[in-house]
Amino acid sequence: MQRRVVISGVGTVTGFGYGVNALWEGLYSGRSVLRRITRFDPSGHPCQAAAEAADFSAKDHVPKHYRKAVKVMARDIELAVGAAKAAVEDAGLRTRGNVEEGQATDYAAARIGCQIGAGLIAAEVPELAAALSTATDEHGVFSYEKWGSTGMENLTPLWLLKYLPNMLACHVTIIHEACGPSNTITCGEASGVLSVGESARVIERGDADLCFSGGAESKINPMGVVRMHLAGRLVELKIEAGDEGAWRHVRPYDAGARGSLLGEGAGIVLLESYETARVRGAKPACELLGFGAGHSPRTGSASARAEGLVAAIENALADARVKPEEIDAVVPRGTGVRETDEEEVEAFRSVFGDRLAEVPLVTVVPAIGDAVAGAAGVAVCVGAMCLRRRALPARLHAGSPVRGVLAGASPARDALLRRVLVCSGSLGGQNGAVVLGALSSA
Amino acid sequence: MGNSGGRVVITGMGWITPLGDDVGAVWERLLKGDAAAGPVTRFPARTFLTNFAAEVRGFDLRTYLSDTRGHEDAHVNSLYALGAASRAWKQAGFGDLSRPGGAGRMGNPRRLGIYLGAGEGILDFDNYAEANIRGWDASRRAMDDGRWAQVAYARMERAREVEQEPQMAVSHLAEAFGARGPCFNCMTACAASTQAIGEAFEIISRGDADVMLAGGTHSMIHPLGMTGFIRLTAMSKRSDSPLTASRPFDSTRDGFVMGEGAGIVVLESLDHALARGARPLAEVAGYGSSADSYRITDIQPEGLGAVAAMAAALREAGIDPKKADSSGRPPVQYLSAHGTGTKENDSIETLAVKTLFGEQAKRVPFSSVKSMLGHLIQAAGAVELITCVQSILTGFVPPTINLHSPDPRCDLDYVPNVARDLRGSGGVETAMSNSFGFGGQNNTIVVKRFG
Repeated sequence: MQRRVVISGVGTVTGFGYGVNALWEGLYSGRSVLRRITRFDPSGHPCQAAAEAADFSAKDHVPKHYRKAVKVMARDIELAVGAAKAAVEDAGLRTRGNVEEGQATDYAAARIGCQIGAGLIAAEVPELAAALSTATDEHGVFSYEKWGSTGMENLTPLWLLKYLPNMLACHVTIIHEACGPSNTITCGEASGVLSVGESARVIERGDADLCFSGGAESKINPMGVVRMHLAGRLVELKIEAGDEGAWRHVRPYDAGARGSLLGEGAGIVLLESYETARVRGAKPACELLGFGAGHSPRTGSASARAEGLVAAIENALADARVKPEEIDAVVPRGTGVRETDEEEVEAFRSVFGDRLAEVPLVTVVPAIGDAVAGAAGVAVCVGAMCLRRRALPARLHAGSPVRGVLAGASPARDALLRRVLVCSGSLGGQNGAVVLGALSSA
Repeated sequence: MGNSGGRVVITGMGWITPLGDDVGAVWERLLKGDAAAGPVTRFPARTFLTNFAAEVRGFDLRTYLSDTRGHEDAHVNSLYALGAASRAWKQAGFGDLSRPGGAGRMGNPRRLGIYLGAGEGILDFDNYAEANIRGWDASRRAMDDGRWAQVAYARMERAREVEQEPQMAVSHLAEAFGARGPCFNCMTACAASTQAIGEAFEIISRGDADVMLAGGTHSMIHPLGMTGFIRLTAMSKRSDSPLTASRPFDSTRDGFVMGEGAGIVVLESLDHALARGARPLAEVAGYGSSADSYRITDIQPEGLGAVAAMAAALREAGIDPKKADSSGRPPVQYLSAHGTGTKENDSIETLAVKTLFGEQAKRVPFSSVKSMLGHLIQAAGAVELITCVQSILTGFVPPTINLHSPDPRCDLDYVPNVARDLRGSGGVETAMSNSFGFGGQNNTIVVKRFG
């Protein structure tokens, strides 16, 4: 017998700051935090805007004894650690991370799992540049000889550990003492939703009662911006400090869409077995009704490239025993990159038919940017919040989406949602989808 | 683990290793105790503190794929994965991609999935170093971001960057094999491909796919990969003697030897395999995953994370680690060690095995093929699981070579230096494989003879 799974804690770190309430209020009020990049000087980059979680540092969100460890955390890891803590607070959960030593926690460590999606973490340029520059020949060209003999000693011994994608999960498991099944899924933009699906399976089959799940990434570093630009994902945008209009250039599902903008983002949920959550008196945000995955071909028409997303959605619906007409809203990828937007529209048309025009698409990228491997984790959090608050946030859009797609500018509104679909494809063609359902007590 | 679903079997296996690419031939070399390490040839590593590795030689994708279109820009991880998967696919009887028109697709592509533990692709190092050096303003000890960007945009290329994404090996396999079902990539460091096979097993067992290509692929034989492990002081420094440098469980061990390659298996629901007349090579009996939640730099000193992963896998397989099997043999007849050859891993893994198996621990043949192949990092677990299946199929257990002066803290049966012939005692019925990742993620799989 498979066990029911609920989302009992929702945690985010985004451009709106720490915690999901900050995110929800930001989205609800229809603001955008896309600005000129400040983390480095973006003048030499064709794309200069992004959404930074400017005031966030993991130092403020780890137990005192763990502060030293923040030094070996790439930004992606910091975001994940912050979002995990926010989720624990939201869930009213007691873990090793927030109780005094020797005090009771809600779950035995072995019953807590952790599946957090991650991206390809870029090494911090100044750190490597300082070291590499000590290993040049008389022409100023990099010398392997010198690097091998002395240059690499300028890197801190733990340098590698700062950038391993599994360190997001590892730090979270160490802080909260999660000794159960533990994984790090790295499938680009789909990482978060695939992780949530895997966590649900772990709980369903009884291997854990609680899982940290979702994803985190920040590509707001020189290498991340170069990579995303070369991948054709970013809108070319020169922008001055103080200009708050960057969001106008990100137009999901617009025939004239020109690309996306990056955002820092972590979205981590606590998935919990329905039964154990009930016993500890939790107030879950929603239930996780179903999960599905599928793979798309890399080339071909938009409808051919949509194949994997259709498979993922249909698998999730079948798993949830929910019909397409029972879906009240969708939290999509919706990045404003024409190629992927077209794939999504094709997939949604195939699943929803003409009814697509009535299904609100909850687009967040114009507000908080694209968090890439963190995006789908944030999307799951947004979907859970829609169900918890019984509302849809405002939607920013400076253009007009293609016909038959409900994604244009709109204010926030109350909405008695019962089932929300969250789905994402990825750069590599992996796709995942989950169906979330309202709980009668929510 | 509480798996109530259908049975899952392995019907095909393929690997690309420093000792070769044919499962049977490499197996013979492992039983003979051949090692593969030598000087690094991929980049000028002469002055590196560790300047040797176990490299894959002479790989050519056309040996495995008659149609290499769409894979022109693939990084080495994707190439090795394609090679290993092509061999596994062929052994499973689905088709032979090395022959034109021989692909042999699945009837319903949505029932074919992929789960890899593929590593990140290789950084475009020379251009990256150039941008960093020219962008570094030594007088200010700070970056000139504009100058960095100028070099970066002039030098870096789309395909080289996109192909570094760790999920690209999955994408290349999906393309080559037409998979439209559940596809994942995971990166739990040295535990990744064991985890991938374990999760793929769960996916089939639950009924979410009929067939999964599962395993891992990785090469860290590149400047920053070697640098990272040298700085961590995790690799052997025996540059004068690469072939004897990997010394798991020996008192003179001084770190692992870097290897590279891929291991891929075809996992299939038993019903699906029998319906198409395929011959199961072995059955996947159990999978366990855990986290140390201790420190990112150290293994939990009592090996409790390892104990938890092994215990969960054995429980699912219905094996009591403290009891001999019904014929009086040890509870598992082969245990493939994580056995990296670092001081810390080998003694703690030994302790964990003793904790779990109790009196039976000394009876379990417990060897590390990393002594011969080197450490294939994310690909290690899959390659080692294949050795477990080979031990079941042949009745032999591969040795731990270079084990001449045992560490008093490592006092189990590591099958030192010479392979063991267990055919006289009924061969290997059950084997298990351990993989533990930096950061504390642990995974174990149990396989047993099919029948």
